[in-house]
Amino acid sequence: MPREKQQEYRDHPINENEEIQPNSEINDNVDDLTEDLDALLDEIDEILEEDSEEFVENFIQRGGQ
Amino acid sequence: MAVPTIIGTETEFGISVKNAREQDLVAASTLVVNAYNSRNLPTILWDYAQESPLMDARGFTVDGENPPSDDANNSVINDILINGGRYYVDHAHPEYCTPECTNARDLVKYEKAGELILELSRLAAEQLLLDNQEIIIYKNNTDYKGHSYGSHENYLMSRKIPFTDIVNGLTPFLVTRQIFTGSGKVGAENGAEDTDFQISQRADFFEKEVGLSTMVERPIINTRDEPHADSKLYRRLHVIVGDSNMSEFTIYLKVGITSIILQLIEKGVVGSQFALQDPVAVIKSVSRDLDCRNKYSLKDDRNWTAIEIQQAYLELAHKHLSPEERTPVVEDLLDKWEYVLTNMKSDPMSMGQHIDWVIKKRLIDAYIDRHAFKWTDARVRMLDLQYHDLRPEKGLYARLLKNGHVERLLSQEEVVHAIQHPPLDTRAYFRGTCLRKYPNSIHSVSWNSIVFNGPTGFDKIMMERPHFGTQEIIGELLNSCTVDELVNQIRTDG
Repeated sequence: MPREKQQEYRDHPINENEEIQPNSEINDNVDDLTEDLDALLDEIDEILEEDSEEFVENFIQRGGQ
Repeated sequence: MAVPTIIGTETEFGISVKNAREQDLVAASTLVVNAYNSRNLPTILWDYAQESPLMDARGFTVDGENPPSDDANNSVINDILINGGRYYVDHAHPEYCTPECTNARDLVKYEKAGELILELSRLAAEQLLLDNQEIIIYKNNTDYKGHSYGSHENYLMSRKIPFTDIVNGLTPFLVTRQIFTGSGKVGAENGAEDTDFQISQRADFFEKEVGLSTMVERPIINTRDEPHADSKLYRRLHVIVGDSNMSEFTIYLKVGITSIILQLIEKGVVGSQFALQDPVAVIKSVSRDLDCRNKYSLKDDRNWTAIEIQQAYLELAHKHLSPEERTPVVEDLLDKWEYVLTNMKSDPMSMGQHIDWVIKKRLIDAYIDRHAFKWTDARVRMLDLQYHDLRPEKGLYARLLKNGHVERLLSQEEVVHAIQHPPLDTRAYFRGTCLRKYPNSIHSVSWNSIVFNGPTGFDKIMMERPHFGTQEIIGELLNSCTVDELVNQIRTDG
């Protein structure tokens, strides 16, 4: 948890239109995720329901709450 | 004194049978729920006498359909769980209700345990079908054709708080919280403005600010007044505006922060200061504002973004929660809420491991890029739907979790444990423990009662205070006596 960033943020009034830089730890994770997503996209091509068009068309539920 | 935090959720699941000649959703739902109730235990009924879903919080009762009453039907569509929760067929959907929990972390654990219960029953039910048939269960809220089913949250509140205070204080929060609670959806429905992708599964279905209905003309604030507890002391706020979430982090923030806002309303520090000019329009507009930068008009003519409104609530929480109210879970929730809002202000897509709609959108964006598909391609919609598929090998959220691509709050062990063990610190402990220990002596159960079937006839024990019946209060007695001694002891002590 990026406490420093939060602490710094808490000192600012909420309506100030200052740009806050995204947290660097998160950005690293996002880069990792993009690489990993490639592997997952390969998997998706294999596991996505076949006949997507028909499947999605026939997926009809009764309204609930 | 403040009312203790008690939270529970109800989830209606989508269901489909692959290769069936025709889709009988009631039969499929019944098959799935009954497959779980094959423990060779006696039949225990759900006690509908304790329910009043047509009572309106504004003080009147509405005519409508009454719940089923015959015992055979009751036992076929109901399973009362030893974790203190409930599993049943509602309309044409399997529905799981968590037991009552005292904090958001426990709630996530019990909601996730429910997903495992659905998957276990799905596997058992499939044994009864033809070889080429397969049951698929989705934890989502729509079929993309205008039929929505709910994910409801329940929060215990003091009866003393005027309902209008809840409406005024909570509405701006609910219509903007979707930036961190939405599950994401491809396309639009129910006559709402067309879009490629939107933040919320449910936003298109909300047509009124306040009302009793949960199935048509859905209201942002639902007035169902059915506390399942002492109605002189409590109300149960029934929040129907949320999405079903896959991400543990998202469920945690959704119920945790909403509970904090209700605490602020009870303290009287949130009034009408954030009232919006047109909440019904704003809920749909926020859902389409993927950059989270649109400004919305407040009644006092200020113009704020959804993030700014959320930050204003956060400031109030920091200012007004007392040290005792800042439990470790509340402290953690405030940190995570701030972290999400700060990062979303720079770039909402930075939450691609935390918040469902962002996780889903990143996946779809990458998939569309790879294949040069259009947003309207059936495979894109299929990907959206399959994100919510509960099967571990097919579900896309499940695959992301397995491969470590999304934030995890809980271990698999504690989720599995929660299938068979109630929370220790609410009346769910009493309910779940009695069901485990005395299954042959229980006739029926409801949220606030257990009817024991003793030698001298039926004995109804009421549980009107959800934070009683805990291990601390009744654990020793429960572990050391027979069912008759238990009933007598409770009768004697009142």
